[in-house]
This record gives sequence, C-alpha cells and structure tokens, in this order.
Amino acid sequence: MTTVSALPRLAARGLSAGYPGRRVIENLDLEFAPGRITMIIGANACGKSTLLSVLARVIPPLGGTVELDGADVGTMPRRAFAQKVGLLPQHPTAPDGLTVAELVSRGRHPHRGIFQRWSAADTARVEDAMAKTGVSVLAERPVGDLSGGQRQRVWIAMALAQEPQVLLLDEPTTFLDLSHQIEVLDLLRDLNRQDGTTIVVVLHELNLAARYADDLVVMSHGRIVAHGSAADVLTSEVVAQAFDLDALVIPDPLTATPLVIPVPGGAHAAADER
Amino acid sequence: MLSVLLLTLIGAVVSLSVGDYAIAPLDLWQTLWGGGDRAQSYVVFQVRAPRLAMALVVGACLGTAGALLQSLLGNPLASPDLLGISGGAGVAAVFTILILGVGGPVLAGAAFLGGLAVAAFLLLAGHHRADGGYRLILAGVGVAFLCTAITSFLMVRAQLELAQAALIWLTGSLASTPWWNVLTVLVVAMLALPAVVASAHWLPLIQMGPAAATSLGVRPATVRVTAVLTAVLLTAVTCAFVGPISFIALCAPAIARPLLGHGAVGVGTSAVVGAGLLVVADLIAQHALPGLSVPVGVVTGAIGAVFLLWILATSKGRQL
Repeated sequence: MTTVSALPRLAARGLSAGYPGRRVIENLDLEFAPGRITMIIGANACGKSTLLSVLARVIPPLGGTVELDGADVGTMPRRAFAQKVGLLPQHPTAPDGLTVAELVSRGRHPHRGIFQRWSAADTARVEDAMAKTGVSVLAERPVGDLSGGQRQRVWIAMALAQEPQVLLLDEPTTFLDLSHQIEVLDLLRDLNRQDGTTIVVVLHELNLAARYADDLVVMSHGRIVAHGSAADVLTSEVVAQAFDLDALVIPDPLTATPLVIPVPGGAHAAADER
Repeated sequence: MLSVLLLTLIGAVVSLSVGDYAIAPLDLWQTLWGGGDRAQSYVVFQVRAPRLAMALVVGACLGTAGALLQSLLGNPLASPDLLGISGGAGVAAVFTILILGVGGPVLAGAAFLGGLAVAAFLLLAGHHRADGGYRLILAGVGVAFLCTAITSFLMVRAQLELAQAALIWLTGSLASTPWWNVLTVLVVAMLALPAVVASAHWLPLIQMGPAAATSLGVRPATVRVTAVLTAVLLTAVTCAFVGPISFIALCAPAIARPLLGHGAVGVGTSAVVGAGLLVVADLIAQHALPGLSVPVGVVTGAIGAVFLLWILATSKGRQL
C-alpha cells in the first residue's frame, strides 16, 4: 500500500479554460486530495466537464496551470502524463466489432513504446483490470453488443489497465438505471479503497455524489462555490446558489450523508427570481 | 494473408514470363539466376522486372495510404481518390506537363504540393467532427470534381501531342518504367516508413474519440496531421511517376480488413494486398485484350467501380 505522501497531487492553479470565444472557467484554484474520491457537482454548463477536460489535457488551459506533484503538466511528455492520469470521457467510442479484451488492452498504450512488444506483464494487467471490474466473462464479446452498464465497466477496465494513480471520470453514470449507477459507484469506491487511486468524478446525481464522495466540489458559473465534506458543503443555501433550486436538505436515514429533496415547484420559484 | 502473398507471387511470375516474347518457366528460373541468353535477360530485367517492381511498390504505397486515411476517418470510403487528393495531384501534374513543359522531379514535387493543397483544404473544412468522416468525404468528392474540371480545361487548350501524353499519364500507366523511377518511389516510400509505423501505432487510439486518445497519451491533432501528410506523400509520389491509379487505395484496406483482428489498422496487410492487386490488374491490362494493352488505370477503374457498388450494397447502413 502506498503511503499518502507518495500519492500524486493533482491541482489547478489560477486556471482559466474554455473554448474559442467563450471562457467557461475563470481563475480557478483547486487541489484534489490524494487517495480520496472527489466529486464535482453543479448545474448544466457550470464548467465542470470543461474543468475535467483541462485536467486531463484534452483541451489546453487559457490561463494558469494544471499541476501534478507541483510540476506543470503542460510541459510533461504526454505519455508520461498518461501513465499517471487516466480519463474516462463522456462519450468514448469503440470501433465496430472490437472485443472487450481488445479494448481493455488499449489501456496499456501509455506503457508501451512503438517497438515494444506486448509483454506477459501487459496481459496480466489487462486480466487484472477485467477481473476487478467483473468483465472477464465478457472478454471475447464485441463491445457494441453490451448493455450500458456492462459497457461502462469495460471502459473503466480500460482506464484501469492504464494503471493511473489519478482517475478522472466524466459523468460515468449517465444513461444508466439506478442499480447500475450504484454498481459503477461501488466499483469506483472499491478501486479507491483497495488501490488508493485518487478518483475525481463529475456527477449529476446530487444524493449519490453526497453518499460516495470523500470531498465534494460545488461549481457554479465557472467558479467553485463550496469545497469540503458533503455534510459541510451540501446545504440548502448552496443548492439554491448553484442550481437555482429551493430544496430541503436532510440527513440520509441510511448513511447520514446529506439528502437533497427539491421543494415542489422550487425550480420555478428560482427561475422567476432571475 | 498467406493466400494473398501466394497470389502476388504467382502474378509476379506470370507477369515476368508472359508477353510478346514468351519465356518458359524453366528459362525464367535460369534467367533470374543469370543463366539466360541476352534477349531473355534484356526482356526480363530491363522491361518486365522494373514494371513488376513498380506495380509492387506503387500498389503497396496506395494500399498504405488508403489504410491510413480509412482508419483515421473511420470510414471505408476514405481514399486518396475519393477525397480528391489524387485529383489535386493530377491537376498540378497536368499543369506541369502542359504549361511548364517539364517532367521528372518537378512533376513529382508539383503533384505532392497539389495533393497537399487539397488535404490542407479538407483538414480545415472538415475540422475534426465526429460524423464518421462524411462531411470530409463529401467535401473531397466536390474537390475531385473541381479538379477534373480544371484538368479538362487544361487538356482542351493544350497541343495534341502534349494532351495525348498527359491523358496517358492521367489514366495511370505502368508501361515503359525505367529502374530509376522504381528506385525513386522506393526511396520516398522508405523515407515515409517511420511516419507510417508511428501512425499505425497511434491510429487505433484516435478511433476511440479525441478525449480517450488524449487520455492514453497521444495528441489527436499530431496524429491526424502525420497520417494525412504521409498518405498525401505516398499518393503523390506514385501519381508523379505512374499517374493517378484509381481505386487500389480504396479496395486494398477493405480486402485486408477481414484478414485482421477487429479495430486493427492493418497498414502492413493493406500494403501487401495493394501490391498484389496492382500486379494482377497490370497483368489484366497487358494481356486481357489480345494484341492491345491498355493503361492499368483502366483496369483498376473498372474493378474499383464494381467494388464501390459492392461496398455500398453490403454495408447495411451500419458504420459504413
């Protein structure tokens, strides 16, 4: 087991990001606790997916830096970065007919040079990743034939084969029914607890985020509204501010984490105020 | 795969022995090892072998270019001809022949620049959209038509003898190939080899979407530019020496694909298939019509047209 001090520290410093003509994130500072699960929540278009894209180097920052262990990731070789930080994007695509085992194998790419042959260690990592996510029995099936829940576990397996110390996931439970959402989140929690992988998740479902997050980051209009444990952060004031929603926040009867219950008509009231 | 190699070998042997001056298999064997008489040696080494070698090299280049473009765009219709890259190279080459009146390295350079101009236009116009590359292919088909129009315009205005020469070139012909040309194409292909290997290494990741590719440590823009430039280079160099031979780049990857695992780029296999295809096509071009040999481009065009219809008929509306 790695000690906390050896775990990578991913941080955003003075980070601005967005797309041509539209700044989505402005001067944002955020440090992700190593070895913990951080969940980022916020209304649509608040910049949470953009934040994840910059952190994963999919888009370059417009200002500020993303740092890994204090070093600017913009200057790191991409392969070296990919050996440490993995991303499960929102809409990954599997080429036609590609099998589960073949897809998961692609996660080994950052660890292999152009002329390096596939090794026994690579095979072991791939098998390990498929076992952890429970997709070993699907190994020879085409990814396109799987159900949504199975497919999501396969993509997580691919990210695991990459052996990242930090794993970023962009809305990994979208389009899944509740039991499969729980299945994915349980899987992420197991990975975090067993391997100490730092996990950062953008999630829409507030109550699940509150239940599974060690740290919760609430974003609104490209800024951070609150950051801390779910119990401290998720209050009706914060929900009103970040989501324009009147809600009652009570302790979850099972886990004592905050439970957000929208007031009937609460969204309309907030919209009228604008 | 083995059958493809075998077929290529048979095609090669036949193309060395059959012709106006027929050489028996045994004599061919002796000639290859230096035992033949002067006439046989001349026919085999100075006439037929360079033509065969050119067919192999050009076919391999086109097969590679097609495989690169098809896996980059994730679309089996992507090929230098349908994307207008060959057309761009063709316009530049015809311009060089007819207006500047020069050939050789200038022609090769012009063809490369012409192909590159079209590719650059397409990269800007299609600006990496996840639409299965269709926008790009439609743009390419448009450009190809435009190129045809410009070429026709140049041809109509040209002197008859020059136009005749340009037309033969435009159809794509392997006839009367000197060894020197074969060597030049081979050298360029070897120079492109590192880029081909690197592209083949990266392209499977690009197929998973830009975000997933980035997270696995490659830069999509770099891969896109490398693969396109390499495909243009390989297309243009073959164009410059033997003309725009159509459809090999389209067919070779499609034939190679079932021979491979899923999602593989198959550059190597596609190159071998392309080489084999062109050798066989050139055999047909030389000997199918008694007493009349046609430019190989006529044959590949005929095969390719049928093949294109077959792709359309069998794709069943899935990710074509």
